[in-house]
Amino acid sequence: MKVSRNFIISMFLLFPAAVLLIAFTFYPTVATLIDSFFSTPRGRRPAAFVGLGNFERMAADPVFHRAFFNNLIYAAVTIPVSMGLALAMALLVNSRIKGRGFVRLAYFTPTILPMIAVANIWMFFYAPDYGLIDQFLGLFGLGGTNWLGQSGTALWALIAITIWKLAGFFMIFYLAALQQIPPSLLEAATLEGANYLQRLRRVVLPLLMPTTLFILINAVIEAFRLVDHVIALTRGGPNNSTQLLLHYIYQVAFNFWDTAYAAALSVVLLSILALIALIQFGFLDKRIHYR
Amino acid sequence: MSANRPSNATQISVTLFAWCLALLWVLPLLFAIWTAIHPPVYVGSFDLFAPLTLENFVRVWNAAPFDRYFLNTFILVTFVVISQFVICTLAAYAFAVFPFRGSQWLFMVVLVQLMVMPEVLLVRNYATISKMGLIDTIPAIALPYLASAFGIFLFRQAFKSVPKELDEAARMEGAGPLKVLWRVYVPLSRSTYLAYGLVMVAYHWNNFLWPLVVTNSATTRPITVGLQVFSTVEQGIDWPTVTAATLLSVAPLLVAFLIFQRQFVQSFMRSGIR
Repeated sequence: MKVSRNFIISMFLLFPAAVLLIAFTFYPTVATLIDSFFSTPRGRRPAAFVGLGNFERMAADPVFHRAFFNNLIYAAVTIPVSMGLALAMALLVNSRIKGRGFVRLAYFTPTILPMIAVANIWMFFYAPDYGLIDQFLGLFGLGGTNWLGQSGTALWALIAITIWKLAGFFMIFYLAALQQIPPSLLEAATLEGANYLQRLRRVVLPLLMPTTLFILINAVIEAFRLVDHVIALTRGGPNNSTQLLLHYIYQVAFNFWDTAYAAALSVVLLSILALIALIQFGFLDKRIHYR
Repeated sequence: MSANRPSNATQISVTLFAWCLALLWVLPLLFAIWTAIHPPVYVGSFDLFAPLTLENFVRVWNAAPFDRYFLNTFILVTFVVISQFVICTLAAYAFAVFPFRGSQWLFMVVLVQLMVMPEVLLVRNYATISKMGLIDTIPAIALPYLASAFGIFLFRQAFKSVPKELDEAARMEGAGPLKVLWRVYVPLSRSTYLAYGLVMVAYHWNNFLWPLVVTNSATTRPITVGLQVFSTVEQGIDWPTVTAATLLSVAPLLVAFLIFQRQFVQSFMRSGIR
């Protein structure tokens, strides 16, 4: 077979990226899979093959169950709420309201703040007695709540922070898509007597579908990737009520140094992401047909 | 949308709603600023006539090596963005302009990284970095992010929209592949570079988990990790200090954002259009 000129040039151009992608994405993915079937090497004792041992342990581990369940709640709430808010924000900022520039700025600002700083800001916001929320509730005699310190409220407190941080980020994508809708389409709908809600449902929302999918994928990734605020505020506590998958992996690997078990936990996270990728693939196909 | 305009009452209530949401959105930030510019005795009180002070910021600046943290972050972000530009440009050029049998398939493999991000693989990547003897160095923080599938994807899109005639004209004049890339493709994709660059500056300025794992001294810690180390020591006791430290750490990016607001917002918009 003749090797084409394009192939040779491509190999040179792709070389640096290929080395880095193999070293820090593909090799570690495969290595994590393999590690999950071995025990953690300790001292002079090397890693031994334990089959599904790590996974059996996981099945019986209440903390893992808690982390998995928490992460599902966390994703199931943060994703739709932040996306819904993002759409509302984009529609508001795209309409003719006074002070549009300031409003857009206000919605977008949390996006450029580091999550760790956001966590600190909200830690004070939530603080019992001193915090703004508690002071406000104090007016009605409801003060003294430690929002981050009780297992009933801590996860919800983190969910609120995530929504605050991400809604403005997702708004930007909706805004970009809204600005690309040809005004003639909306005018045509108006001429046919469609009111605002009808135009929204029949014209705007269908045209926003590809953007919604794009944001959805991003939102799902963020729901499993972003744990900075857990580290800063609760470290998974109290009683593992804010334990999320990636945070548990971090704790098992870097606090307990149990790398094999951390690998097995990572396999679960990787499987979730792979599943999402497959679903996305199916949707993407439809989207191409649609266009 | 001149016909069928919403009534005045709806218009006003929509504006009011937008403004309330905006105020709610900036409230945590304003509350933090309010606390940071007042003396510690005034924590939690809203005395409009409380004396203003920058004392908290001075105390914070002297209590931790924030200048070093800023320098580390600056070096890290510069290194990451420049390397990403080079590495992703070359790869995207190959995918966009020199297709070969199987290059479509290879491109799909690269896109796997959009899902499997370095954070998810941190246990194994820590082992790799440690074997390379790079623990607690700035390159260690950067390495897993240098070949970005997102960057390759964006640049490939940009290169594909460059008119073929310009490429051919340059080649007629005897320019080699790299020269064509540098003279034709890169200049015509300037706005994509700006967009990707700004998004990446924000991403890596704010990145936390991986830097936390691979650094353990003040000489390499970026600002996010430095802030975390600082605010856990004080844990919830001295609020003005914590809020001042937080605001100090976000100040450079926040100020840059306020000045270049339009470019930032448009960059984020562009990066999402697929």
